[in-house]
Amino acid sequence: MIIAVASGKGGTGKTTIAVSLAQFLADQGEFPVLISDADVEAPNAHLFLKPKFSDKADVNQYVPQIAEDLCSGCGICADVCQFNAIVMLKDKPKVFPSLCHGCGSCTLQCPEGAIAEIPRTIGRLDRGLSADGLLLRQGLLNEGEPMAVPVIAALKKWKWQTDRIPGVEIVDSPPGASCPVVEALRGADYVLLVTEPTPFGLHDLKQAFQVTRELGLQVGVIINRVGVGEEDIRGFCQANGVPVLMEIPLERKIGEGLARGKGLLEIDPVYRSRFADLWQAVQSAGKAVAT
Amino acid sequence: MKQIVVLSGKGGTGKTSLSAAFAHLAGSGGTNVLVDADVDAANLELLLKARRVTEEPFWGGSTAIIDQSRCSGCGTCQEVCRFDAVSVSDGEYLVDPVACDGCAACVYACPEQTITLEKQQAGEWYISETAYGRFFHAHLLPAQENSGKLVAFIKRQAQDALKEMDGDLMLVDGPPGIGCPVISAISGADVVLIVTEPSLAGIHDLERVLGTAAYFQVPAWVCINKADLYREGAEQIRDICQVREIPLLGEISYDLTIPRAMTAGEPVTLFAPDSGASREIQAIWEKILLKLNDLHPAGTIIQL
Repeated sequence: MIIAVASGKGGTGKTTIAVSLAQFLADQGEFPVLISDADVEAPNAHLFLKPKFSDKADVNQYVPQIAEDLCSGCGICADVCQFNAIVMLKDKPKVFPSLCHGCGSCTLQCPEGAIAEIPRTIGRLDRGLSADGLLLRQGLLNEGEPMAVPVIAALKKWKWQTDRIPGVEIVDSPPGASCPVVEALRGADYVLLVTEPTPFGLHDLKQAFQVTRELGLQVGVIINRVGVGEEDIRGFCQANGVPVLMEIPLERKIGEGLARGKGLLEIDPVYRSRFADLWQAVQSAGKAVAT
Repeated sequence: MKQIVVLSGKGGTGKTSLSAAFAHLAGSGGTNVLVDADVDAANLELLLKARRVTEEPFWGGSTAIIDQSRCSGCGTCQEVCRFDAVSVSDGEYLVDPVACDGCAACVYACPEQTITLEKQQAGEWYISETAYGRFFHAHLLPAQENSGKLVAFIKRQAQDALKEMDGDLMLVDGPPGIGCPVISAISGADVVLIVTEPSLAGIHDLERVLGTAAYFQVPAWVCINKADLYREGAEQIRDICQVREIPLLGEISYDLTIPRAMTAGEPVTLFAPDSGASREIQAIWEKILLKLNDLHPAGTIIQL
């Protein structure tokens, strides 16, 4: 089962929930738990799980390299490129690698066969075991690189060579509601949307909820920092037939613990039973889909 | 004319609350323009009592459409697609508009020429009037791509307006992260102001956004929000700034007046001018004004 944790607004507690749920499930010891940190622009799960990363891989984008001796200067490559990554300058194509989406259309269409595709590293993947015995893998977009989506896609495809087959995978999604979020959520069996009862929280929850609708995904909501504002998140959830699975009060000690890299279970043992309830709810929702 | 862009790396550190306060402190002289460059989660509008003057569609990327009546079912489109966007159902080749990148590889590869690209509306953009200047903002439709292009687009509109009115300042509330919309937001900036928080996650992401600003050679300043939440963390941020020679403009205490102002829909400096947070933000703003004058003129234009 793949559970994705998402939010429209940043800083609502996605990583807090992803990490705490993973730690709860690892404690149960029923099956290996995998956490995939897909917030490749700002991956933070490792700060809570303190893993030993045992291996890594580059994420490469394949960009065109044009053999000058074969190029006739016809300009078809520049014509077919939708992203202005190839521009004709004085009858010679010039490639702008950071604009390239790696679609391969120029290679396919070049009548002279003058285009090869060479790897360009835009990010990195890491994986390893945490102290709690969790499997953690994360993507890391290189600073200065614009495209997060290929890194997320590569992360999700990165097969784990281990005999510990995860029973549950938890995906920590990036914030927002655009293409990186879509890439992170694709294929999830259930999405936990984390929000807070402020005008920003509600506004951005609506955005994220729309994304899950577009993708046809099952959703439950977690309201964090209850007491920070008065926005009626429950009303929105009720109107849209979405269950509220957990509420976490606004408490300074929680904020202080999280700042130091502690998960909720460590900050307050009461969350053990609350995550048990959450897991129960997610499981039964998952079963309801299966039947 | 100066352009300052507020960033954070980690979300939820207080970018928008501070941007609204800065907009308020910058005053109502009418020579400033404001931009919300977080088009995925555009919240600045909620604090500025903005009155929308214009609303226009934003046409973003394209999606491939297969004309089923002429499709021979050869499967070339599926073979060439690197985004897994083409699937077969009951012998019909279909494009998943969410997965489609609009690269047109299938359009050119189809031997029957049955595939066309159709422009998609990616969002809307607005010009609004506020008490603090003209405000350029946008709304990206959920699950759309090209947020970087939308950011670049509204920033261009704002830049033109600023030039036309011979204005002083463009204040940009940026997105979280370090990827495409952030790079678009940084493009043309004279300086980025990074709002961070003393948490392990905040510090980790601060380093990444500092690296991104350095990559594009845009100067960066830092301020710490919720500074007393984790004192050792705040100390670490001070050290990072010192080592990297980044000006640390000030610190704001953990203060629930900030979310209360958000609930009231006002900049905190208007909502509770005598609160601790407002005084601390005011002090930071005064430093910003002093330092803006010392900056070299032109920002770097980054092509995306």
